[in-house]
Amino acid sequence: MKDYSVINQRAPRLDAPDKATGRARYVDDLTLPGMLYGAILHSPLPHAKILNIDTSKAARLPGVKAVVTAKEAGLVKYGVSPARYDETLFCYDKVRYVGDEVAAVAAVDMETAQEALSLIEVDYEELPAVFTIEEAMAEGAPVIHEDFPRNICAEVHQEFGHVEAAFKECDLIRTDKFINKRQESAALEPHGCIADYDYLGNLTLYTSTQTPHYVMRTVAMVLGIPVGKVRVVKPYVGGGFGSKAEGTPAEMSAALLSRLTGKPVKVVYGREEVFMHGRSRHQFIHEMTLGVKKDGTLMALKHKCYLDGGAYTSFGIATVYYAGSMLGGPYKLPNMKYDGYRVYTNKPACGAQRGHGAVAARALFEQQLDIIAEELGIDPIELRLKNVMSRGDVTCNELNMSSLGMKECIEAVREGSQWSKKKGKLPKGKGIGMACGFFVSGAGYPIYRSETYHSTATIKLSEDGGTVNLYTASAEIGQGSDTVLAMIAAEALGVRLTDVKVYSGDTEFGVDLGAYSSRQTLMSGHAVKEAAEAARKQVVESVADELGLSPEDIDVREGKVIFKNGDVDFTPIRERYIKEHRGWTDHPKGPYLTFREAARLAYLKKGVIVGTGKYKPPKLGGGFKGAAVGTSPAYGCSAEVVEVTVDLETGHVVIDDMTDAHDCGFAINRTSVEGQMQGSLSMGLGEALFEEVKFDRNGRILNPNLSEYKIPTSLDVPEIKTIIVESNEPNGPFGAKEVGEGAIMPTIPAILNAVYDAVGARVFELPLLPERVYMAIKQKRQYKE
Amino acid sequence: MKKLISLTVNGKVYEVAVKPNQTLVDFLRGELDLIGTKKGCEVGDCGSCTVLMDGRPVNSCLVLVVQANGRKIQTIEGLEGPQGLHPIQKAFVDKGAIQCGFCTPGMILTAKSLLENNPRPDREEIRKAISGNLCRCTGYQKIVDAIEAASQDMANQ
Repeated sequence: MKDYSVINQRAPRLDAPDKATGRARYVDDLTLPGMLYGAILHSPLPHAKILNIDTSKAARLPGVKAVVTAKEAGLVKYGVSPARYDETLFCYDKVRYVGDEVAAVAAVDMETAQEALSLIEVDYEELPAVFTIEEAMAEGAPVIHEDFPRNICAEVHQEFGHVEAAFKECDLIRTDKFINKRQESAALEPHGCIADYDYLGNLTLYTSTQTPHYVMRTVAMVLGIPVGKVRVVKPYVGGGFGSKAEGTPAEMSAALLSRLTGKPVKVVYGREEVFMHGRSRHQFIHEMTLGVKKDGTLMALKHKCYLDGGAYTSFGIATVYYAGSMLGGPYKLPNMKYDGYRVYTNKPACGAQRGHGAVAARALFEQQLDIIAEELGIDPIELRLKNVMSRGDVTCNELNMSSLGMKECIEAVREGSQWSKKKGKLPKGKGIGMACGFFVSGAGYPIYRSETYHSTATIKLSEDGGTVNLYTASAEIGQGSDTVLAMIAAEALGVRLTDVKVYSGDTEFGVDLGAYSSRQTLMSGHAVKEAAEAARKQVVESVADELGLSPEDIDVREGKVIFKNGDVDFTPIRERYIKEHRGWTDHPKGPYLTFREAARLAYLKKGVIVGTGKYKPPKLGGGFKGAAVGTSPAYGCSAEVVEVTVDLETGHVVIDDMTDAHDCGFAINRTSVEGQMQGSLSMGLGEALFEEVKFDRNGRILNPNLSEYKIPTSLDVPEIKTIIVESNEPNGPFGAKEVGEGAIMPTIPAILNAVYDAVGARVFELPLLPERVYMAIKQKRQYKE
Repeated sequence: MKKLISLTVNGKVYEVAVKPNQTLVDFLRGELDLIGTKKGCEVGDCGSCTVLMDGRPVNSCLVLVVQANGRKIQTIEGLEGPQGLHPIQKAFVDKGAIQCGFCTPGMILTAKSLLENNPRPDREEIRKAISGNLCRCTGYQKIVDAIEAASQDMANQ
């Protein structure tokens, strides 16, 4: 077992003190001189033609500096995947959902901006609207986007192996349906930005985002600004969870208004606007037919899925693919057929949210495994152990499990939850359930077709003092990536964590695709490790050259230079250093040459010491259509056991206990891995029990606030026992792979399976409101009688 | 027409003319640049704007600044002392209770008020006290760990 000095331990986060003291500035905490306040006019109708927009009264209001519509913004289409650029900054011919952006203003203060919005006159001609998948796909339904008949935004048809043939060899075939509800990332910090367009044509955009790189490209493309003149700077971000992973109308409006007014413009969403913006979890309707042999061997899966995508595509093409592809593992499944349909509706667009398209699919699949286990008389854990993949296996859809601690995770939660003592032995109303899951550790391909590196990194050593300055365009959004990358840099260079300073989230620092698809530890980590090794090489070479040694004789560890072959006299180096620092009181001393001295020596010999790194996954995946989505250099996996109490008279579900084991390959910062596990589980709990974005018959959100859209409080989440499994991923830096998204996967099905264990009735629709659970119990009773 | 009020913020007295419809959170953030207090919802649902008013946690988005006339307000910026971090702040840092940090100022102030009234709370009491502070990142566990650790630390002092 390798002996590391920085990584694989608990480390307090570098950004924690600033956050604990109120020093950390998020975008709404920033002010620039002369700054104006921008506000956006949203459509009040779900589907309507725009006949006319009159902004004259708004423009005349004292304090208003600019009013813009599609006329000023232009009509460049954008989106997330180039295959579906279906949005314009402002609507020009029609609005497609309540919230669709129609105009924006910039004024001296927010009150004036809001008043100006109320003075913009828009003449609409209402069109019939569709709010459900059935309505949208019905014969003669109003078409939301001309090019997409029957409102089918994207369709996927894939078959691996031969499902019908395999079904003939099955002893048990089971069909079930499952439906979740549209959910909301509900990051505590609303979206917001400040755009600062200077007189040289340079745009600096401070924005609360997970993906500075994608925002930079979208803003440049839509507004026609040369991309080399667009700089995106991410301040502290209060969470994202997928809803801040693309260019937003706030960012583009602010940039446009700044260009027109010559002043910085701030646009920050209110909470209601955050809900209207959407870009969170789709509603999925899954139907799965799973066939097995009587000994429990999984044979074939036929899977159909409809996604309610809202008015625009956002991440939706990836979502509809992930909904199918992420069932290829973590069990051996030789035959899989998937038909997926993403449908447009007149509601806010849905995008990517933690776990992306795989969460609802996993919720049904893991329930089916339990149903099958019961019918075959096999323990649900045994059924899974029988079928799990292991390292080196490849799924039927060509996803490569370069490491997979699935078995270890299952065994860990079985043990950790005392499963055998409880399963089948709990009183009625109490239940225990389990489930598994897996997820990509970074999407194998960028959102746009490109040869680009997924991450680059630069390390510059300070000329004096031995400080390691790490420049990375990666996005710290709360998950802890800055500290993880600093730890990787420190370990690879041989210095202490306290020697590293991280500068991140700025597109000037390089390319990084950002914090989505659970990629940064692996991908940004690789680039950082390479940059650190490159810097270290130059330092070691300088010392070797100075002392007449070979670089192989020299090691650097914990900020000290270690000579591997006996004592080496380095006094001339030290004496020169001390001579340069006459009068200082902290001269290096002791038996070791310090990194501080070695780095200075390297500077004197070579000039500025800079190491660069880059990472791009190898070509992954099969040759079939959509093969890219689901590919990844590595896959994290996890298993979870949940215990619940269900009130048999009211259907009220309480989560009593959660035991979670996650294979993250190798934990760089153990505390952060646990934190991501606990956070993922609490989000899954919320989605299972409470969360649903509701609409009225006019397409307006009924609960666009955090009291009626209920996310878990401290009273809802139980104590969570976290177990870290380390399978040592060969494709990850130091063996590390993801945790941030994968950890959510088993949560919903583990809860559903536990509820079944408690009451003997299954629920196939989320959320598990008391009424829903009660009705399931009642129906089971009625059926029995 | 503005109203003249006098309030103490983090130990400093401010005599100021304020609009009658201005909220305390907007006053703190906008006039005093005390941006540590956050706006997550502006309608009192999330607790990110929690400050201590005469020692009690309030949602400052629901307090009109004129209501703070004559009162003592403590924000997150007022917590650290000449020795550095307050024990609660230190515990939050040490225990990994901070991820995105947006709920953190409100969470810490609520914890301070709890520990002043109940120096040795059990974990259930801690969870109850912070149930008005939403967190989407942590699942609350390490926050409870931190408040528990801080209570032990403060008891030993």
